[in-house]
Amino acid sequence: MKLLWTVVEVSVVATVVLPTTAALLVWAERRVSAFMQDRLGPNRVGPAGLLQPIADLLKFMFKEDVVPGHVNKVMYVLAPALSLVPALVAFAVVPYARGMAIADLNVGILLVFAVSSMAVYGVTIGGWASNSKYSLLGGVRASAQMISYELALGLSVVPVLLVVGDLNMQAIVQWQADHVWLVVPLFPVWVIFLVSSYAETNRLPFDCPEAETELVAGYHTEYSSMKFALFFLAEYIHMITASALSVALFFGGWSLPGVTFPDGSMGTLLSGLVFAGKTGAFLFLFIWVRWTLPRFRYDQLMDLGWKRLLPASLVLILATAGGVALLGGTN
Amino acid sequence: MIGIFFWLFAALLTVSGLLAITRRNAVSAALWAAVSFIAIAGIFVLLQAYFLAVVEVLVYAGAIMVLFLFVIMLLNLREEDLQVLEGPRLHILGVLLAAGFLGGLVWTCRRAGLYDAKNGAIKMTAESVGETKSLAAPLFMEYVLPFEIASFLLLAAIVGAVLITKKRLT
Repeated sequence: MKLLWTVVEVSVVATVVLPTTAALLVWAERRVSAFMQDRLGPNRVGPAGLLQPIADLLKFMFKEDVVPGHVNKVMYVLAPALSLVPALVAFAVVPYARGMAIADLNVGILLVFAVSSMAVYGVTIGGWASNSKYSLLGGVRASAQMISYELALGLSVVPVLLVVGDLNMQAIVQWQADHVWLVVPLFPVWVIFLVSSYAETNRLPFDCPEAETELVAGYHTEYSSMKFALFFLAEYIHMITASALSVALFFGGWSLPGVTFPDGSMGTLLSGLVFAGKTGAFLFLFIWVRWTLPRFRYDQLMDLGWKRLLPASLVLILATAGGVALLGGTN
Repeated sequence: MIGIFFWLFAALLTVSGLLAITRRNAVSAALWAAVSFIAIAGIFVLLQAYFLAVVEVLVYAGAIMVLFLFVIMLLNLREEDLQVLEGPRLHILGVLLAAGFLGGLVWTCRRAGLYDAKNGAIKMTAESVGETKSLAAPLFMEYVLPFEIASFLLLAAIVGAVLITKKRLT
């Protein structure tokens, strides 16, 4: 029974929830960016253009799937899949409602980092296998950028673990439900986490791997049709996971201060809606930032990652450890 | 059930390991090495050493191999460049190093009393490696000095690497 439920959960989340959310996110991004630039954006297909993602998907599927002659075929075909799979797997430990997560692991938060550290392979291999200047530069940039910011991202989670004393995602959310949202005592840590997660997802202001003004489209220059769509989907699912992590680690997950959810499935559903709402807010922030800030130069990106965020997160770990020791610790 | 998965991961590990050292193309070799790390992580999971499994993927497959790949792609190695490294001497050295490493590993396991002579296998202490706490306690208490020495060596290596890449110190 447990196994059956897990299979159902995995298939629903991986094939329905995440891709649909990603598709809606693409629509939201186009609409929001249009409003920010005093345009209307896609509004023809369906009410308010809501069915635009379906039209886009059909277009992606029926476009000719071009495999250029100069590519390394095996790697070229493998790369989009390598990019999408980690994005889907990383979501497995996200505690999306009270008592609910596909995999409730004791090392949950580490699994997210382990799996998303694999995401760089898809981008790097895609860039290399395309055998083109722009793609290669995009791939090289992606691997350097993602390794650099993984450090700051990983270290920015350590204070959370120090305070909570557990690697389990549900335990981290439960701690926040019992005490206080971690963004309150750890605000600077959250800022580092947020900036690093933007760099990890290759989103503006850190989208150097696909900087269109310099690299055409970076690592996916040579990709077309559904293969391009997979890269695209992976990027948006990474955004969803990053937002969900921000919510779960710093903004109380499914909990609301002063609100006790009723027992049973009703409470689970309500907590899930709260989680979805908070994640949605963070997704909006992603879009908002993208259409507000210009792109960093590559050296500025490295400078920020290594010379500012990394030392800052180390100092914050020390400060948090000191604070936890002074206040008696959690365990 | 676990037995089947063990053989699956073991086979994957052996095959990918062999492919990693025999591929001519440096990028494929690096990728096969990454696959072998994931197979090792799978075996750790079967031993209920979840922390080790995750760290294996995070550090080796996720960071070190990506760095390797980055360097390979930057240098844009061609097969002709690698011909210089061919010859029996390198092969002999490699076999000797591998044998030495294996010997050291067996010796350490025997010394630490992990070797079960009757069954000819390493004793499994699954419950002792699964938890983060039980891994951290000996690392930061009993073996804190070797641990700190290792980290100090790594720090020295980092400083050295920076010093070498800096052409001119001002």
